[in-house]
Amino acid sequence: MRELRGIPVSPGVAVGEALVLNVEGFSIPRRVIPPEAVPAELERLERAMVEVSDELARHRDAMNRDLGPKYGAIFEAHLMILQDSGLRNDLRELVRQKFYSPEYAVDRVVRRYAELLHKVRSRNLADLLDIEKRLLRTLLGRPREDFSQIGRPVLVLAHNLTPSDAASLNPDFVKGFVTEVGGPGSHAAIIAAALEIPAVVGTGPYLGEVTSGDTVAIDGYRGIVVLRPDAQALARFEQEAAKRRSRAAQLESLRDLPAVTPDGTRIQLFGNIEFPEEVQHCVDRGADGIGLYRTEFLYLGAQREPDEEDHFRAYSKVVQSMAGKPVTIRTFDLGADKVPHLPDPEEERNPCLGLRSIRLSLRYVPMFRRQLRAILRASALGDVRVMFPLVATLPELRHAKMILGEVMEDLAEEGIDFNRRLPVGIMVEVPSVVVMIDRFIQEVDFLSIGTNDLIQYTLAVDRNNKDVVSLYNDSDPAVLKLIEKTVQAAERRPVPISLCGRMSASPTYTMLLLGLGLRQFSVPPSAIPEIKRVCRSVTIAQCEAVARRALTLETARDVTRYLRGELRKYVPDFVD
Amino acid sequence: MSEAKATRRVTVANHTGLHIRPISLLAKLASQFRARIEVVKDRQRANAKSVLELLSLGGQPGEEFLLEAEGEDAEAAVEALARLFAQGFHEDEAQTAH
Repeated sequence: MRELRGIPVSPGVAVGEALVLNVEGFSIPRRVIPPEAVPAELERLERAMVEVSDELARHRDAMNRDLGPKYGAIFEAHLMILQDSGLRNDLRELVRQKFYSPEYAVDRVVRRYAELLHKVRSRNLADLLDIEKRLLRTLLGRPREDFSQIGRPVLVLAHNLTPSDAASLNPDFVKGFVTEVGGPGSHAAIIAAALEIPAVVGTGPYLGEVTSGDTVAIDGYRGIVVLRPDAQALARFEQEAAKRRSRAAQLESLRDLPAVTPDGTRIQLFGNIEFPEEVQHCVDRGADGIGLYRTEFLYLGAQREPDEEDHFRAYSKVVQSMAGKPVTIRTFDLGADKVPHLPDPEEERNPCLGLRSIRLSLRYVPMFRRQLRAILRASALGDVRVMFPLVATLPELRHAKMILGEVMEDLAEEGIDFNRRLPVGIMVEVPSVVVMIDRFIQEVDFLSIGTNDLIQYTLAVDRNNKDVVSLYNDSDPAVLKLIEKTVQAAERRPVPISLCGRMSASPTYTMLLLGLGLRQFSVPPSAIPEIKRVCRSVTIAQCEAVARRALTLETARDVTRYLRGELRKYVPDFVD
Repeated sequence: MSEAKATRRVTVANHTGLHIRPISLLAKLASQFRARIEVVKDRQRANAKSVLELLSLGGQPGEEFLLEAEGEDAEAAVEALARLFAQGFHEDEAQTAH
């Protein structure tokens, strides 16, 4: 039994069979073979090596023929690595003497050489890993783990999950996951929360200690993972799961009750979604609408750029499922590396500060127009609003609105139906917007404070960098003041304002945010019941007192402690 | 088998260093000889017939190695390999990107 600690990024408790992926994303089903299987397995290994050699020779010949000898040379080199007698002897020996399966032997031997090559910074490390991929693919008879093919309930254990991996997880079978790296802002984390399966990331290395088939327990509330739990640990997990289930049932009863404070103020609770399929969760939790539809997930894992119909299909599904309740669609919020057909940005050293989101949209206008057309068409079907991410300057906003205006003209000419008065808003996540907020409120129909990135940019902290992630703090006094300034400005016009970062889903901050004047929260649907409970337990007067005091404190630590203390008075058994 | 030994000092002359292309030429040539051949850098010894072992040596431009061969054709072996080093593995003709 081995216990691991990591960052909890999606709540839930799960116990089940592990599916372990090696660093390249292959799952090695079996590590050891029975002695009598050795001859057959050696033969399988030889066959795989011959097959891959043939494959490489074919590629080499094709390259030589089509492009010239220097291109074929790379495959010639791969062939030489594969034919290296040292490599072959190592592989055979592991199978013959240590009874490793061929796949496991390949994994181990390549790891060892990879370390040596890494030490001398060999440019050919990638070549070695490429050969490993080919060998494993041939031995396993399939490409790297295809998540959509998993057919039984498993807990996925991996080094990392790319956004496309995570996006293709089937929640019917994947009951949770654990990764060695990753942080709370990662896409894997967002997707786990969207699928409502427990996930723990950033545990550090552990894959060497577990095999597919082992029993694993995940606690996504506290960030605890237990490999091969003993009877006692299993019992504890079962207890925890039962406690959570009964609590969920309790909160279930709140579903049809409104989020109203005891002194009669109605709070609107919206849901954040990534996929149309999640709308059902929002409906089930009684959400007042969709406060944030993250559209970049249409691009992640796609083979080609989604066209206008792909966008429209997804948006109309969401709008129709929400049956008249507002749906706020945010335009593409990622970098070029996530879009299949765009050129990769040149070695972006600071992707957070780079060509992404609205900047990317304004650079690749045809792509932006495709998305805007679909959003406008969907606006004919219900209460749709459009929101631009990462706006930092007034010219940027005006440019985006100008393009939107052009697209509207096109649609009008084509006789296609849309809402001429489509509300246009922006995410408040770049500090410059807060500084200039009095100007921005004149040019938008609504605002949404994106604290996830606002905190990053304000405190200059990369929330995915484990060395500094402790500096990233929702409670930071500077951040609170920025929120206060923004909400006050919004009240002056007035402009509807919501908060859609992780902070809004955390009961610790509800009183503070209500006290600052916020009346709209957009949260992952699973958080709606808990936030609703807090809203129904505190008066605005109480919240305003809490906010006033919190804003006098100087450290994030003091703020958090104070807020938790206050919340406990009104909701003694709150869970965060 | 006679225990003839031969050694030669060589330098990595080509500006791309000892990456996989020169290494595969080296290994291919070395395999044509019967002698046991090693490329030595300080304490590290690599079998000249093994691409992977040679890759693990690194090999920046200007670096010096010692060629050590043992066996019948030891002298011929180090002669041939030294020539290959001196010619910079024909890298300039190849001008390969990697």
